[in-house]
Amino acid sequence: MINVNRLSKRYGSHVAVDGVSFDCPPGTVTGFLGPNGAGKSTTMRMTVGLTPPSSGSATVHGVPYRRLLNPARQVGLLLDASAQHAGRTGRETLTITAQTIGVGRQRVDEMLALVSLSGAAANRRVGNYSLGMRQRLGLANALLGGPDVLILDEPANGLDPDGIFWMRALLRDFADRGGTVLLSSHLLHEVEAVADRLVIINGGRIAAQGDKAELLKSAGVRVRATDGDALRRALASAGIETKATSDGALIAHAPAEAVGHTAAAQGLVLLELHPAGGVEELFMSLTTANHTKEVA
Amino acid sequence: MEATMQSQAGTTVRVTSPALWRLTATELRKMVDTRAGIALLVAIELLVAALVVVQLFTGRADARTFTGIFTTALIPVSILLPVLGVLSVTSEWSQRTALTTFALVPRRWRVLLAKGLGAAVLALLAVAACLATAAIGNAVGAAFMHGNGSWHFTGRTLGGAVLAQLLYVFVGIAFGLLLQSSPLAIVIYFVIPNAWSVLGNLVSWLRSWAAWLDLNTTTGPLLQDNTLSGQSWAKLAASVGLWILLPLGLGLVRLLREEIK
Repeated sequence: MINVNRLSKRYGSHVAVDGVSFDCPPGTVTGFLGPNGAGKSTTMRMTVGLTPPSSGSATVHGVPYRRLLNPARQVGLLLDASAQHAGRTGRETLTITAQTIGVGRQRVDEMLALVSLSGAAANRRVGNYSLGMRQRLGLANALLGGPDVLILDEPANGLDPDGIFWMRALLRDFADRGGTVLLSSHLLHEVEAVADRLVIINGGRIAAQGDKAELLKSAGVRVRATDGDALRRALASAGIETKATSDGALIAHAPAEAVGHTAAAQGLVLLELHPAGGVEELFMSLTTANHTKEVA
Repeated sequence: MEATMQSQAGTTVRVTSPALWRLTATELRKMVDTRAGIALLVAIELLVAALVVVQLFTGRADARTFTGIFTTALIPVSILLPVLGVLSVTSEWSQRTALTTFALVPRRWRVLLAKGLGAAVLALLAVAACLATAAIGNAVGAAFMHGNGSWHFTGRTLGGAVLAQLLYVFVGIAFGLLLQSSPLAIVIYFVIPNAWSVLGNLVSWLRSWAAWLDLNTTTGPLLQDNTLSGQSWAKLAASVGLWILLPLGLGLVRLLREEIK
């Protein structure tokens, strides 16, 4: 269980995180989405006490992270896979964590096997690892203490498609056994397949949060016509709000049927008409709506 | 401290914060588990051995005693232990492991305490290595090179050597903690006290200050075989306050308040 309560972080006059609140209940995977620089990492670091918040608070299992006695036994963290000592081997990296938090060496071998880094790879220096291998080592490090909460910042970065598929299965299984997962990404498709809930942050503020299916439904439809301007005018006169995407399509806040009828009435030729599912469209629709959405 | 929690399997498990000895063992391990860490320790021992060998071939043979060889062989230890102290702290930032270290142990001062204890263990081992190497040198010198070969050695000499080396490793930790940058801390460590010593020799009124505040000067009596006077202790305390306690205090405040990225 993670509770984030009105967290804010200011750096001078710059507001990096502005009153962010959300909860991650046990048994769920929460996708924390936002473009680069939206405040995802800062929020996560504040949640685990590495960054002192300007205001607000966060708890894990009802306790501020910094007051947990041996936090790694309850909360597995992967905040930056490249923040590992380049001169240590993969096995040594895990051994240091194991020794700090008091779990056996056998657990190190188990975790290395779990992330497919046993054998020769375990004895290579992290400096020689690819980013994907560092992510897997970081995940092994997070799981070492047998936590029931996982907080992962951009864990899919550098993973190949197989690796992403493997990680989804692992996180799904973790949540299905009652665990709580919070994972961030700037790409919707990375978390779409595994997340139950989405928290979307933009410019340091929560743009939307709630059940994934509901949110994606509320993102509107993406429509593209041979004559984009005519379509925009037609929809506007029909009272349907739209916003142009960077590739010439429109995001419309109306059911697909209404959009299709409007276009047909004007004799417009449509090239695309489908639910807007991409993270870009989601942000677009959220900024079009120009208010914070809360979907239960 | 102890608490209980529900594990994922639903059973109650006991959670305790990692014991200080455990953190100390981990920090000690981190100082020796990389090539750079090992290289530094090997360099210290090689320089000690080299200084012992040099002493066998230079100076008056009848002056070659165990105590004499030992105190001279300590010189490279005194120079490199501060570097070891600096690196034990700054590597957390240069290698960005601080993110993991302080997430695993959120009470940050405990990590610092463990680093201090770990570095103290290494300082003691360095003195022990120095004793062993000097003993070999003295035995060889007496047997084959007409050395004096006296084994006279007092607890006072050992105590002074140990205290001096502990202070040297702690000054490194203090500088590393305050500056959080390996090159900056090492350069400033070597430049400031030495600039102070040089200035003290040039400017007369600075010299009287240097006698109180220059760590190189104030630790000198520790390595001589006579009892420290009250004033010597006062001078030592003043320089320790300036070069160890002050940066350590400021560095600790910085560590406890700062954002770790």
